Amino acid sequence: MIDGVIALYIFMLAAFTGYEVISRVPVILHTPLMSGSNFIHGIVLVGAMVALATADSTLVRVIGVIGVFLAAGNAVGGYVATERMLQMFVAAGKKKGKT
Amino acid sequence: MDYAHSAQELVQLSYLAAAFLFIVGLKRMSSPLTAVSGIRWAGVGMVLATIVTLLYVGLGDNPNVRLNVALIVGAIAAGGVLAWVSGKRVAMTDMPQMIALYNGMGGGAAAAIAAVELYGGTETSTTHLVIATVGGFIGSVSFSGSLIAFAKLQGLITKSVRFGGQKFLNLSVLLATVVLGFLVVSGAGGGSAAVSLFFVFALLLGIAMTLPIGGADMPVVISLYNALTGLAVGFEGFVLDNAAMIIAGTVVGAAGTLLTQLMAKAMNRSLGNVLFANFGESSGAAAGGVTGSQKAIEASDAGVMMAYSQKVIIVPGYGLAVAQAQHKVWELAQLLIDKGVMVRFAIHPVAGRMPGHMNVLLAEAGVPYELISDLDEINAEFETADVALIIGANDVVNPDARANKSSPIFGMPILNADKAKNVIVIKRGQGQGFSGIDNALFVLDQTRMLYGDAQAAVSQLIQAVKAAG
Repeated sequence: MIDGVIALYIFMLAAFTGYEVISRVPVILHTPLMSGSNFIHGIVLVGAMVALATADSTLVRVIGVIGVFLAAGNAVGGYVATERMLQMFVAAGKKKGKT
Repeated sequence: MDYAHSAQELVQLSYLAAAFLFIVGLKRMSSPLTAVSGIRWAGVGMVLATIVTLLYVGLGDNPNVRLNVALIVGAIAAGGVLAWVSGKRVAMTDMPQMIALYNGMGGGAAAAIAAVELYGGTETSTTHLVIATVGGFIGSVSFSGSLIAFAKLQGLITKSVRFGGQKFLNLSVLLATVVLGFLVVSGAGGGSAAVSLFFVFALLLGIAMTLPIGGADMPVVISLYNALTGLAVGFEGFVLDNAAMIIAGTVVGAAGTLLTQLMAKAMNRSLGNVLFANFGESSGAAAGGVTGSQKAIEASDAGVMMAYSQKVIIVPGYGLAVAQAQHKVWELAQLLIDKGVMVRFAIHPVAGRMPGHMNVLLAEAGVPYELISDLDEINAEFETADVALIIGANDVVNPDARANKSSPIFGMPILNADKAKNVIVIKRGQGQGFSGIDNALFVLDQTRMLYGDAQAAVSQLIQAVKAAG
């Protein structure tokens, strides 16, 4: 479905997008941002699911389970960590508004 | 046939939506006030893509589909619950190593996809084989490297392992991995021994690369591995024809690379220097020029000094994070503000173990943004400050970085705390900091040392300021 050259176009545009979107993030958000981008590559989960779904031998199945397990940890952990950090910024911002 | 085709289209559309939501989410993270909604939008994208994928693979015609789908659901539940509980429980101060851990898991997952492709032997196109192998290589290095970074920050590994010929050994491991990678690609199916060895060596390389890197450089390393995991995910996305993985992986790869560069720049070092220079190895000898003695001060005297100041600049560092002292520090700052003292927080870009680490902690304590300044904003103000209060920070205020060419951190931009009229340093003991470098600031005439755990010391300061009327 995705041909070589099309894939390269996607790659190029996505690289520029990542660079541009991130270059405007203030320093104070760098840790949550790293955590947030860490969450986003948790999309590897869908790939691991597809890989495990096609497994037809025990070896491949075991590797597939490990892959899905790790990917789920990446996605969920990345989300929880990022949300917790960002909520603190909201709390701090509100306090600022009151004073 | 039509049904399968439209299901395929639906999956692709959901991936498109997920990719869109990821980018919108990252964009919204560029402001503190919209950032929470940003991560939530990205989360919606993730849930959407996962559910649609699960339904799609559940409809497959593979005879093992029931078993495999059950395994998928079980593995998601196990990994998800573990990560959820650990992510909710971990203290804010330990966030950096948790990010390293979750990131390593993503790299491991990308490597596992590559392993499924390579062991399964179903992949016939050479391009796909090459890309799967490269992605597997990067993912494996990111996986084992991130685990080492986690172990170092968690205190499980306390020493940086360095020995003669280490670079040669690492280079040999790299070469062996590359050769095995060629064998895997050219062996086209038959060589599952080569595939196993390839992954073993790639994992070894991640460990060997990360072990010699000092703890102070871990932020840069975690950021680099974050970018690498993104790339690995992008590569495996090519192999699986999965546009969501290509886009999300590449966006993270590019973003992480930029972030890594910014961090290395903040330390005035190149990335190559961080990775290969064995930073801090010879610092004891090289920075031996620090002479003079540290002068202690009692908390009560320090409190009085601050209570009668016009302007106090607080410089937090990793010691604040370790002692969980952020709430106490804000309490102290509020007391001083009530007394009419002007209080500022000065944040070095690499203070703590990640960029912005201190900002997160101060935000947790509720410190308003306008009191927090970064290096460029605050440095001119130290000259007018009566007191610079250094809490568990070390290298980021070491004037040797400006003046002493033989210092390993020479050239790194620092906070000019030594320009303040008085400097109070809260520090656990007389030893060197995390990077093992002597600090010329601690022996200046205007510097007084307040020894102790940051939380206990700040509590004493609070009492002293209260007592000062």
